[in-house]
Amino acid sequence: MARRDSLAGYLFIAPQLIGIIAFVLLPLCLVFWYSLHEWNVLANTFTYTGAQNYRMLLEDSSLPSVLGATALFSFGLVVLNMSLALLLAVLLNQKLRGIAVFRTLFFSPVVVSLVAWTIVWGFLLQKNGGINGMLLTVGIEGPNWLREPVTAMISVIVVQVFKNVGLNMILFLAALQGVPNELYEAARIDGASSFKQFRRIMLPMISPTILLTSIITIVGSLQVFAQIAVLTQGGPGVSTTVLVYYLYQQAFQFHFFGYGSTLSIMLFVIVAVLTFAQWQLRKRMVFYES
Amino acid sequence: MSNHISLKSCVAALAIGLSLTVFGNASAQNAVKLRMTIWSANEAHLKLFNDMAAGFKQTHPNVTVTYESLPFETYTTALTTQIAGGNAPDMAWIFETTAYDFVSSGALYPLGDKLAALKGYNLDEVSSGATERWSKDGKLYAYPFSTSPFAVFANNDLIRKAGAKTPAELIKSGEWTWEKAIETASAVGKTGKGGLIVRDFNYQNWQNLAAIWNGWGASPWSEDGKNCTFGEKPMTDALSFIHDAVFKNKAMPGPGENMDFFAGDAAMTITQISRASLLPKQNGFEWDLVPLPTGPAGEYALIGQAGIGVMQSSAHADIAADFVGYMTNPENSAKLAQFFPSARKSLLNAETLKKTNPLLSQEQLDKVVIAGISTGKVIPGHTGFAQIQQMVRAGLDSIWTPQTDIAAATQKICGQISPLLKR
Repeated sequence: MARRDSLAGYLFIAPQLIGIIAFVLLPLCLVFWYSLHEWNVLANTFTYTGAQNYRMLLEDSSLPSVLGATALFSFGLVVLNMSLALLLAVLLNQKLRGIAVFRTLFFSPVVVSLVAWTIVWGFLLQKNGGINGMLLTVGIEGPNWLREPVTAMISVIVVQVFKNVGLNMILFLAALQGVPNELYEAARIDGASSFKQFRRIMLPMISPTILLTSIITIVGSLQVFAQIAVLTQGGPGVSTTVLVYYLYQQAFQFHFFGYGSTLSIMLFVIVAVLTFAQWQLRKRMVFYES
Repeated sequence: MSNHISLKSCVAALAIGLSLTVFGNASAQNAVKLRMTIWSANEAHLKLFNDMAAGFKQTHPNVTVTYESLPFETYTTALTTQIAGGNAPDMAWIFETTAYDFVSSGALYPLGDKLAALKGYNLDEVSSGATERWSKDGKLYAYPFSTSPFAVFANNDLIRKAGAKTPAELIKSGEWTWEKAIETASAVGKTGKGGLIVRDFNYQNWQNLAAIWNGWGASPWSEDGKNCTFGEKPMTDALSFIHDAVFKNKAMPGPGENMDFFAGDAAMTITQISRASLLPKQNGFEWDLVPLPTGPAGEYALIGQAGIGVMQSSAHADIAADFVGYMTNPENSAKLAQFFPSARKSLLNAETLKKTNPLLSQEQLDKVVIAGISTGKVIPGHTGFAQIQQMVRAGLDSIWTPQTDIAAATQKICGQISPLLKR
C-alpha cells in the first residue's frame, strides 16, 4: 500500500520533475560543458579549452563596465520598483468605491506584451517623440532620452518599473490586507502616529512579502534583455550594456558560444549568491514568518 | 465462384498495395527537400523564387525547394542560431558585411567549379571585383546575386519649396558636390522637414556612412584589412563634415529623430536603387534619382551586395549547388534583376535594365546603375565584423553630440579595434 502511494506521489510530481530536468538542469549542465570549449559555429568546431574561457573573464576589459551597468540598473530598478509598488499598495488599500478600477489600471501593464510595451516606449522616448512633445507644451526642451548615457539608463529603468510595478503592488496589497486591523487599533489607542504604525506594524507584518518581492525583482533585474535590445542596443557607448545583453552579443552576434556560456555561468553564480544572501538576511529582517 | 473472385481481388489488391508501398518508399528515399533562408518576405520576391523552385523541379522531380524568411534586422543571428542548433539550412543568403566570416570559416560548400561547369552559365562574365568578397584562394564560395548601387533619391517638391537648387540643377551646372548637396539639405532642414537621410544608418549601422566618406577617400581600415585607418585625415575630415551637417547646418536628422524620405518627410535620402519600390504610388511627389555627389577625392560609387551560399553541412550540398546554379543562370539572373541588380556584364545595359526597372529613366540607369555597379566599391566588411561593428558603433556614439573631439574619438576606436583587425 505504501509503495503504491509513493508511486502515485512520484507520478504526480513527474511532469514538473521532467520539465525541470529537461529545461533547467540539463541545459545548465550543457552550458557548463560548453563553457569549457571554444565553439566555432560557422566552422563547426568544438574544441576543449579547459579553463581558458574563465581566464578570459578576468582579462576581459569590457566586463567591469558591463558589471557596473548591470549593478546600476539592478539597484535603480529594485529601489524604484519596490518603493513605488509599496506606495501604490498603501494608496490602493482603501475601501473606496471604484478602487478596483485603479488596481486594474496599475496592474494592466503586467499583462501587456513586453516587446510591444518597449517598442511603444521607444517611440515616446525619441528626441522628437511624445514625451518631449508634451514637455515642449509647458516650455521645456526635453533631452535626447535614449542617446545620452545617464538619461538612457534612467529610461530603461523607468520603462521596466512601469511594466512590472503592478505585480509587486498586488503582492504588497495582498500582504497589507492580511495585517489584522486590531494591531492598528491598539497602536492608535497607544497614541502611535501614522508613520509609527507604518514603521512598527505594517512593515514588519509584510516583511515576508518584502523578502519575496525583493528576490523576484533582483533576479528579474539581472535578467533584463528585451528592453535593452529594443531601446538602446547597449548604447550610447556601452552605458546600458548589461550582463545578459553582453552575453547575447558574445554568443549570438559574435559567435563566441563558449565565452557566452561562461558569462551565463557567472550570471548563475551571481543570482545564486544574491538569493542565498537574501535568504540568510531573512533571519534578521523578516518577522512573523510561518 | 464468388469466393474465388473475392480471393483473386484480395490478391490483386495486395499486389497493388505492395508494389505501391515498395515504389512509394523508393520515391520517398530519393526525395530531396532543400531549404533556403532569406531576409525578404516580399510577396513578389517569394513568387519569383517559388517559380524558380518549380522550374528546377521540372528537371529534378524529386527535389523540393522551400524558402524561410527570417527578419532582416536579426538575420545573421537567427541563421547562426539555426546552425548552432543543428538545424542549418541547405542554402542561405549572406550579407556582404558577414561574407568574410562565412567564406573564411569553411561553413560554405565551394561553388566555383560547379557553376563554371554548368552549360550556358558563363561565370566569367561576372567581374572578379564582384566576386572578390565571396572567394577564398581563388575558389568561389557564394554567388553575389545582388549588386545594388547606392544613390541619392531627391524630393524636388520639398527642395523647390525651400528655395534651394535640386540635384538635377546642380548636376547641370557642374556643382553636384557634397558642399552643395548639404546646402540644399540644410535649406530644407531649416523649414522643419528633414534634409538628407542616410537610410538604415540610424546612428547604429555606421558602415552605411561609407556612402559619404568614400567621397573623401576615407576607409575604416586598410585594403588588406589589417590596419585601422579611422584616425587618418580623410576619415576625420569626412566625419567632421557629417558632424557639421547634423549639428551645425541641420542638414541631416540628429540621433533619435525619425523621418522617412519615402513618406515625403525629407529632401534627399541615400539608399540602394532597389528602394525605388517604396516611392508613393498615389499622392506622391516629384522625385529624382542621381549619383552620389562628388567629394574632395572626386567621383565615386558604393555598392551593397548579397550572396547565396550552400552550407557545407547540408546532406544534399551537391544538389543545392545545382539549384543555386539554376537560380542564378543568365536567364534567371535577368528575372532576379528586377529586384536584385545583377553583376553579369550581359545584363548591365540600359535596355535590359529598363525592362526590369520601369521607374528609372535611361539617364538614371546609365549614370546610377550601370556606372555604379561597374565602378563601385563594396560596403565595408571584415572577418569578425559583428564584434568590430559593435565596438565602432560604441566609439562613434561619443561623436554624435554637439560638442565633440572627433580626432580623439577615432584614435580611441583604432585603439580598440586594432587587435581585432590583426586577428
